[in-house]
Amino acid sequence: MILPGNASCQGCPIAMAMRCLDEIENPVLVIPAGCSTVIAGLHPKSAMKCPVVHVPFASTHSVACGLSEAYRKLGVDATIVAWMGDGAADIGFATLSASATRKDDILTVVVDNEAYMNTGTQASLSTFWKAKTTTSPTGKTEEKRNLALVMLAHKVDYVATASVGYIRDLRRKFRTAGKKDGFRFIHVHTPCPPGWRFPSEKTVEVARKAVMSGAWILWEYDGKLRISPPSEKYADKSKRIPLKEYLNQGRFAHLSDEDVKEIERKIDEEWDLLLKFS
Amino acid sequence: MQAKSDCDGARGVRKLLTSNEAVAEAVKLAKPDVIAAYPITPQSPIVEKLSEMVESEELDSRFVRVESEHSAMGVVIGAATAGARVFTATSSHGLAYMYEMCWWAAGSRLPIVMALAARSIGAPWNIHGDHLDLVSLRDLGWIISVAENAQEAFDMTINAFLLSEEVNIPVVVAIDGFTMSHTAEVVNVRQVEIPPRKQAYRILPGMEVALNAVAFGEARMLARFDLARDLEESAGLIEEKLGGLVEEYRLEDAEYAVVVTGGLSGDVKDAVDMLREEGVKIGVMRLRFIRPFPKKAVKELPSQVLVVDRANTDLRGVLSVEVAACGVENKNLVAGIGGKYPTVDELYSCLKRFVDGKLSDVEWLI
Repeated sequence: MILPGNASCQGCPIAMAMRCLDEIENPVLVIPAGCSTVIAGLHPKSAMKCPVVHVPFASTHSVACGLSEAYRKLGVDATIVAWMGDGAADIGFATLSASATRKDDILTVVVDNEAYMNTGTQASLSTFWKAKTTTSPTGKTEEKRNLALVMLAHKVDYVATASVGYIRDLRRKFRTAGKKDGFRFIHVHTPCPPGWRFPSEKTVEVARKAVMSGAWILWEYDGKLRISPPSEKYADKSKRIPLKEYLNQGRFAHLSDEDVKEIERKIDEEWDLLLKFS
Repeated sequence: MQAKSDCDGARGVRKLLTSNEAVAEAVKLAKPDVIAAYPITPQSPIVEKLSEMVESEELDSRFVRVESEHSAMGVVIGAATAGARVFTATSSHGLAYMYEMCWWAAGSRLPIVMALAARSIGAPWNIHGDHLDLVSLRDLGWIISVAENAQEAFDMTINAFLLSEEVNIPVVVAIDGFTMSHTAEVVNVRQVEIPPRKQAYRILPGMEVALNAVAFGEARMLARFDLARDLEESAGLIEEKLGGLVEEYRLEDAEYAVVVTGGLSGDVKDAVDMLREEGVKIGVMRLRFIRPFPKKAVKELPSQVLVVDRANTDLRGVLSVEVAACGVENKNLVAGIGGKYPTVDELYSCLKRFVDGKLSDVEWLI
């Protein structure tokens, strides 16, 4: 679904996730401002083998809703994919929430690289606690928002988390969501080499360590919430790899041992909360 | 295009309607596929009426209840991109909130029709009429029409669909908040056939195409030039088939002219009639459109011109500046901001002072 030679950075996780769009039939992409705008191609070229409607930040789900309503009215078969970063999910949250509440026929993919990367790594609501960004130069003071759980509270048909470290799981989730109707939401963890400051050949490794340390939990809801197979064993804390192995990134280089312990505690809390839903 | 002029006398039903209701009746005839709106005073009755029509199945449209005006414009942009006929309506702060998307509507060259119940913008809070919201659309690339009464609100809304789909530029139809939006008049609801949806392009699944990708340099500048040129050239179609850019009232032999737009024009005409009875050769040029701006007509005005404005830019009114930009010197009266509506007597006394050469360059009728 995406051509080689596109404008993504070396080791870009978003381009990896975009390749998996071929699991979805008749896609029409709606892309707000962000890294994906550039990766999808600059005029007069396009890197995508499907229609792309570029839109302003906060309008992602309103434009997607308009396309979806019009295709339904005009009898056109299409899967509207709202493809956004964590930045667009921040600024367009009211619209995202309204769209989910209306149960618009839209598949939403949030590729979450935990900061506003396209403008130069500024902190977002998704930025990890203590992570350094250009607007949190000594480390972010607030928690990362759990967007997928917030979307689950909208009682939509399908919510899942995914990771570019587990492409088979991600592809299955794209395929499953693509076959469903109604509002579907997939939150993809996309570790960003320049933004997180790790070598560009280590994207998959970092993504996997996030899951293996328990820091990113793969789950799926389709009427019932289940921990996805790659994450299952990490419900047991003793099976997780040491958190420091995941935190071995430039944005966390300043963390003290106490900070790491605090993050571990927050991860345990996150698991406890999620397991209550499963 | 089977455009009907405003006065071609197509058979219809006479109904007592506010301008809000007249707009809704016209939209019903256009049969939009998708309507999206967020309520705001004094526009709300338009979309309340339309949602009643949709729920009673008088009108086969999808009505999307959005959470904001930004999203209302987003939905109609998305739906128009897919090839649907669309409608939305707003007012005041609603227009300000959807401002970003109004740029995208114009830049995307999508036929979109919006009604605007023109209202003051805060601070402070004020729900009454003026043109402060309306003039904020001037730089975007929208066609801007301004109705004088409920009949024209009806006719202009029908014409807006024809015009927008012919030139691929969004069209706004403005009605004055409360004095028109909530005032009932007799309207001939003409039974007009509006031709099927027409537009320059639409995006469908399977197309390997990107809409509005990043365009640097020449491509972006060309798109802006094309829009400006096409907007300017739409004047020809408006003059030929859609009732014209201006209405001239008692101007034939006039030595003095008053330029005005919207519902206030009726009161200005009454004041002009009073002066005519005194033998003063004075008339009115009512602007039916402020984009494209009726430059040609304005340049042919008599030498003594007074512009009456309901929106200012600095101390001067916006239309006064626009008229001056056509090389026509003018005196300026700023009136009716935030519903501080002038009486005919007040207008008469200002016009009298204008004719007597006693009106200052700019005056505010407070």
